[in-house]
Amino acid sequence: MLESTSIQSTLRTRFVKFLWVGVLAAAGLFSATTRAEEGGGMQQSMTNVGDVVSLQRGARLYFNYCSGCHSIKYMSYARLAEDLRLTPEDVLASFAFTGAKIGDQIVANMPADHAQTWFGKAPPDLSLEARAKSPDWIYNYLKSFYVDATTTTGWNNTVFPNASMPNPLWELQGVQIAHRSEAKAGSESRVEKLEILSKGKLDAAGFDETARDITAFLQYVGEPAVLKRYGVGVWVILFLVAFTFLAFLLKHEYWRDVH
Amino acid sequence: MANFFANIAGWVNERAPGMMPMYRKHMTEYYAPKNFNFWYYFGSLALVVLVSQILTGIFLTMFYKPGAATAFDSVEYIMRDVEWGWLIRYMHSTGASMFFIVVFLHMFRGLIYGSYKKPRELVWLLGMLIFLVLMAEAFMGYVLPWGNMSFWGAKVIISLFGAIPWIGDTLVQWIMGDYNPADATLNRFFALHVVALPLVLLLLVVLHIAALHEVGSNNPDGVEIKKKKDPVTHIPLDGIAFHPYYTVKDLVGVGFFLIICAFIIFFQPTLGGWFLEYDNFIPANELVTPAEIKPVWYFTPYYAILRVIPSKGLGVLMLLLAVLAPFLIPWLDRGAVKSIRYRGRGFKIAIGIFVVAFFFLGTIGAGKTTEWIPELFGANADLTFIENAFGRTLTAIYFGFFIFLWVYTHFGYEKTKPVPERVTTHA
Amino acid sequence: MANEGVNQGRRRFLTATTAVVGGVGAIAAAIPFIKSWQPSARAKNAGAPVLADIAKVEQGQRITVKWRGQPVWIINRSPALLATLPLLKDRLRDPESQVEQQPNFAKNETRSYKDKPQWLVVIGICTHLGCSPDFVPEIKPEPFDPEWKGGFFCPCHKSRYDIAGRVFQGVPAPANLVVPPYKFVNDNQILIGEGAA
Repeated sequence: MLESTSIQSTLRTRFVKFLWVGVLAAAGLFSATTRAEEGGGMQQSMTNVGDVVSLQRGARLYFNYCSGCHSIKYMSYARLAEDLRLTPEDVLASFAFTGAKIGDQIVANMPADHAQTWFGKAPPDLSLEARAKSPDWIYNYLKSFYVDATTTTGWNNTVFPNASMPNPLWELQGVQIAHRSEAKAGSESRVEKLEILSKGKLDAAGFDETARDITAFLQYVGEPAVLKRYGVGVWVILFLVAFTFLAFLLKHEYWRDVH
Repeated sequence: MANFFANIAGWVNERAPGMMPMYRKHMTEYYAPKNFNFWYYFGSLALVVLVSQILTGIFLTMFYKPGAATAFDSVEYIMRDVEWGWLIRYMHSTGASMFFIVVFLHMFRGLIYGSYKKPRELVWLLGMLIFLVLMAEAFMGYVLPWGNMSFWGAKVIISLFGAIPWIGDTLVQWIMGDYNPADATLNRFFALHVVALPLVLLLLVVLHIAALHEVGSNNPDGVEIKKKKDPVTHIPLDGIAFHPYYTVKDLVGVGFFLIICAFIIFFQPTLGGWFLEYDNFIPANELVTPAEIKPVWYFTPYYAILRVIPSKGLGVLMLLLAVLAPFLIPWLDRGAVKSIRYRGRGFKIAIGIFVVAFFFLGTIGAGKTTEWIPELFGANADLTFIENAFGRTLTAIYFGFFIFLWVYTHFGYEKTKPVPERVTTHA
Repeated sequence: MANEGVNQGRRRFLTATTAVVGGVGAIAAAIPFIKSWQPSARAKNAGAPVLADIAKVEQGQRITVKWRGQPVWIINRSPALLATLPLLKDRLRDPESQVEQQPNFAKNETRSYKDKPQWLVVIGICTHLGCSPDFVPEIKPEPFDPEWKGGFFCPCHKSRYDIAGRVFQGVPAPANLVVPPYKFVNDNQILIGEGAA
């Protein structure tokens, strides 16, 4: 039997095999991990949590338009300051309206029982909303409000029908109306298209960026570690690749004995 | 320096003379077949995952607070406030799923190479017991974060015990310690998950490896290497010492495995909801059920079998039988040839169909068919009917495999190829 | 079999290199676990500085404020009490506060800010084994000291401190009471936990 255990030939065949396994695994993982869209037609949020400026804008927007009703109780002002590279003084001055201290968790301005009375349901805490739903869901939700005379708030939303929430961003987006399809026998009319009726302060691209920034901020709030894990991961994998290669050389050396 | 260690070794050896022979018996003089292939990595990988789960689990226990009022918050505390807590948590959640991937592949190796056949039936039985305990351990671990899926998953699975005649309802309440999964349930699951079952698991793993070492490992050719030994040394001709050859080879396997785990942990820890489910980021709520109650992916095939059977009692029974059926394989398979390489074509086809059926049962259990059926059959398709038809067929195939195995081998339908005397290698 | 000498050398080298690299990896992997024991962000937030109101603390009075889980005493000492401090020097273990038990600004006879000598801020934990001493401010003979000039007496093992928290000789406690970092936000408020070095 010819000695064909040269490192190169072994490496080549093994490498090709593992490449196939890797490619198939990656393809499988990739297709498995794209989240199921809610009823199709969801736009991609294209958030970039690595962009600190986007997160800062998102934070400002959140505290101006959302924190009145929604708490993000698993987040502290101190952590926000640290991750968003703002000074504690800035954070307390711009974001904390309720006389909070820097180490405090971020609660809403509105007491829960009042919210229950006014809206029928306490506005949920949003700390983990981006993880429970998805960034794409939040992005589309923020963009999909329309006026609806039949609801108590006067607003409705195609992504979350009959949510008891008014549109907090109408000044920026403008007011949308819904074009409905014909109501057929046995089924309700569906919303086919949303259209801006009266303009807001921002144009379409500008509001897209607003929705994106808020979404990115909530994505970060859902998992602050996201800012760190990519960086650490690269080093870990580089180390493991080097170690595995070394281990392979060691294995190959010992296995010369085996015929 | 070397003298110092030699002295210590001598001191210990004088007082515990059995330890060095044990090391030799299980490592340097344990002769394993030299033709182990890809499928033989998964035993050592399972051991690696076990160690990792124990280590990360111990550290999580330092910060986790069991209790319906505190558990969910304490997990977020770990993810945000504990330094590197997020990494320990992701290692544990990824490890749990990887444990099942590794164990399924490890069991598959046993199926295709006949590693369950005489004299290794005990190894297989102990392994199946480990699988059972692992499922219980994983189930309880999943309840601990007390997310909405933790609560509702617990509710559904515990309620299965209600199907047992006469004692069912009492049993359910006894397991929960309350009328619903509650604080009492969570605390006892915590004790079982952190202390009791890991101890049982460790014991079973030790026994599993000991039982294997008693008879020696099988190999991809199904050849008994102990039949051909060197006349002088009595070492099997096709055997090589486990240490250093397989310790060093398994190290490479561990390296690759850790790279895959690292990709998941650092870049996709939820793995699109398969490893960390989205609904579990919502705190447990007794009044609001998640849109789709489904177990974590590794239970989905069994869950599908439960779901597609119309009666609760029968469904629970079938689920139980599905989990227990593999215990019987050493006695169902009457064939003499161990390895798929030399077995009849019918066996190869049957294994292939079995794997595919298991996979698609999993897709039903995971609720994927709810998406696919409207796409394939149109929006007006009768979802339940098609899913049940599909699932029941697959369930029949699943159990059919075991029946087929017995009929195929007992009545001599299998046409095997001649098994070589010595192992074959790629070289 | 190939040349034994070369093989063994290469084998040893590869084994050693892999072991070292693996060891480095293992240590690196251990670091997050070890670091997880550090005070968490929540503990650090809870350990944040505490604001104490001293407007109503009269002469000879003491208030207690909790900081980092420990009792911090804020005492308004009368001139009579302050006058006792120079008299005790030779009975004390560390009258000049040489041992680093206080911020630099408190390294003086009154162990306080120079411009506000009457205010003593100390952690009320005995430096022996951690009991909380009694506050004994009256200048009169005591059973444990016939020449008592006011201070603190620890009931556990009988250690004694003067009214500046300086430890006496001949008692089990080794050091003066700890003065935490603090500063005067204004004349009526002290921030404990943050101060001049």
